[in-house]
Amino acid sequence: MTLHGLIFYLLASVILASTGMAITRRNLVHAVLYLVFSFIGSALLFCLFGAPFLALLQVIIYAGAIMVVFLFIVMMVKPDLSEGTVLPLRQLLPMVLFGFMYAVVGVLVAVTDPAGRAVLETAVAKPTEFGHYVFARHYLAVEIISLILLIGLMGALHLGREKVPKEPEEPS
Amino acid sequence: MIVPFGHVIVLAGALFLLGITCAVCRRNLIMVVLGVEIMLNAASIIFLAGALRWFSMEGQVFVVMVLAIAATEVAIGLALIVYAYRRTGSVDPINFNCLNEQPTGSQLAGFIRE
Repeated sequence: MTLHGLIFYLLASVILASTGMAITRRNLVHAVLYLVFSFIGSALLFCLFGAPFLALLQVIIYAGAIMVVFLFIVMMVKPDLSEGTVLPLRQLLPMVLFGFMYAVVGVLVAVTDPAGRAVLETAVAKPTEFGHYVFARHYLAVEIISLILLIGLMGALHLGREKVPKEPEEPS
Repeated sequence: MIVPFGHVIVLAGALFLLGITCAVCRRNLIMVVLGVEIMLNAASIIFLAGALRWFSMEGQVFVVMVLAIAATEVAIGLALIVYAYRRTGSVDPINFNCLNEQPTGSQLAGFIRE
């Protein structure tokens, strides 16, 4: 096993373990912090897969911005103490059943697929080349992304504004 | 040389499974949105591995779009959660299945007050 392979398996185990810890925490702050750990692990994985620019974006946007938004919302919402078990059995049993089937089929597909046996080579897409590629071939997609972000901003503003209470109407 | 492509598929599939477990089983709206985030992350991992496997940069471009979609989805999803929390005082999704029945008791206290 090469050094790169070793790094991959280490990162994979760290990502899976921290995500598993995150989805079973009752305290939402702990869950978000474990998820930050998982996202930084996947940023390192991106770096291993030859996308250093996307690794930086992953750290800045996912682990930085999105998780901080989650932390703010966790602070705004009162902790729900009425929750029984963290993963209720009535919902977990079907999930385990179908998840097991899905895992078996997925592993079978991944093992038998001839494309899956090909070994990945190390390669790096430099940020300059990546930027040239994006803006030479996908400039329309970048514009669409900016429109989507604008729509998200407008939606969040509309949902988050305080409603002015109306005057109660006189019953006629 | 890193690893076989199949191992990356297994990693992304396991991560997706964890995310969907979180989205389906947790009784908390914030954890549901968090599960969707985990699923999007698994999708980006497999996109990048595919980009490396076939030496094409399309996969990396798509990861940028996944990032943008994730940011938008979180902004609107969390705004919706706060809006629902203001109206009902709860983040348990069981309190929001109120379209199919008459409002009963404390379940819809927020709606009645308005």
